[in-house]
Amino acid sequence: MKPWAERIYNGVIRENPTLVLMLGMCPTLAVTTSAMNALGMGVSTMAVLIMSNFVISLVRKIIPDQVRLPAYIVIVASLVTVVELLMEAFVPVLYNALGIYIPLIVVNCIILGRAEAYASKNPPLMSLLDGLGMGLGFTAALVVIGALRELLGSGTVFGMDVTLNGMLEPVGIFVKAPGAFLILAFLVAIMNACHIKNRSDKLVEGGCDGHCAACGSPCPDKKEEAAK
Amino acid sequence: MSSQTSLILIIISTALVNNVVLIQFLGICSFLGVSKQMKASLSLGCAVIFVITLSSAVASLLYTYVLVPLELTYLKTIVFILVIAALVQVVEMFIKKTSPAIYNALGIYLPLITTNCAVLGVALTNVQDGLNFIQSVTAGFGTAVGFTIAIVLLAGIRSRIDEEAIPKPFRGAPMVLLSAALMSIAFMGFSGIL
Repeated sequence: MKPWAERIYNGVIRENPTLVLMLGMCPTLAVTTSAMNALGMGVSTMAVLIMSNFVISLVRKIIPDQVRLPAYIVIVASLVTVVELLMEAFVPVLYNALGIYIPLIVVNCIILGRAEAYASKNPPLMSLLDGLGMGLGFTAALVVIGALRELLGSGTVFGMDVTLNGMLEPVGIFVKAPGAFLILAFLVAIMNACHIKNRSDKLVEGGCDGHCAACGSPCPDKKEEAAK
Repeated sequence: MSSQTSLILIIISTALVNNVVLIQFLGICSFLGVSKQMKASLSLGCAVIFVITLSSAVASLLYTYVLVPLELTYLKTIVFILVIAALVQVVEMFIKKTSPAIYNALGIYLPLITTNCAVLGVALTNVQDGLNFIQSVTAGFGTAVGFTIAIVLLAGIRSRIDEEAIPKPFRGAPMVLLSAALMSIAFMGFSGIL
């Protein structure tokens, strides 16, 4: 496989940020009430991720090691502000629907995680592709969750009615908060079942610990061990 | 409505009705990651209460007295995240110097909190809702208490789940997410009390 294709494959399938690494859970659960919102969130996060990976990779040799995390945060926060202002101007409907979760892209683990794990060690073009792959993986996972929730919860797909003139009653709980947890739980369980079938014992663990290298922030368990 | 009752309403609303983790989905990473152990969950909860209350106070002051007069409100995301990161660093150093006992209990969780989206989320929501200083601090405190309640409850549930025979694909994250879904359903019941 060519290296650029490998990066995309890695982001979408092998290290899918949402379903395999379980990073960036907050937007994944919060904005997936409809497929359209999920797509909007995925694309805006992808835009920030591609740009931040590219910029951070460009300046990776200039930034001193001790202050790299604050520097990354400033770069990411600036890019997010740009995206936020653009969205407010050009897609106000989506901007209002996503609300506070747009500025919160700054603290999305995926972005800092990729900066730390990939962009800070690799050349700009490959980092850009890595951002594209991860962004696509994130968007795909979000759209799947969003479409499922919208289908079950409001009986529509991308806004199109599929309830056969109200013959099928949608289950409202799926567009409410618990539905997000339920759908994600079943999707991860399906991923796990696939892993078991392929005889790989790697189960998705979830949360911050277990993937400390990818998360960008120090892990309490690891730090505790180091302190001993 | 007198100001005391409105503050109590803010606490109930942020801690229970609009629970930060189960209803608003902020701080999910540490909610899923740290809830393996009860003790760690409690410590993280305390650290979060401390940091969120402090940071919502600082963010509210900065916004009202610096960003608004200078007409730089569009920079709030950058300013808030930097303030929070700096604040966490300062708090960590301060606690390390003054009280090693507290540092040993909370210290390791402090850096983790910088990337906890609940902290930034609360600061931004407060500004968006136009809360004043006292209300912001109260909302911050209430939110953090809500986080602590949720994570401690989940840690309790997980310590029981670990001993059960769960179908293999559901072991690990899926079972935790299902528990969270049930907790979320329970917390939706609070929406009737306001």
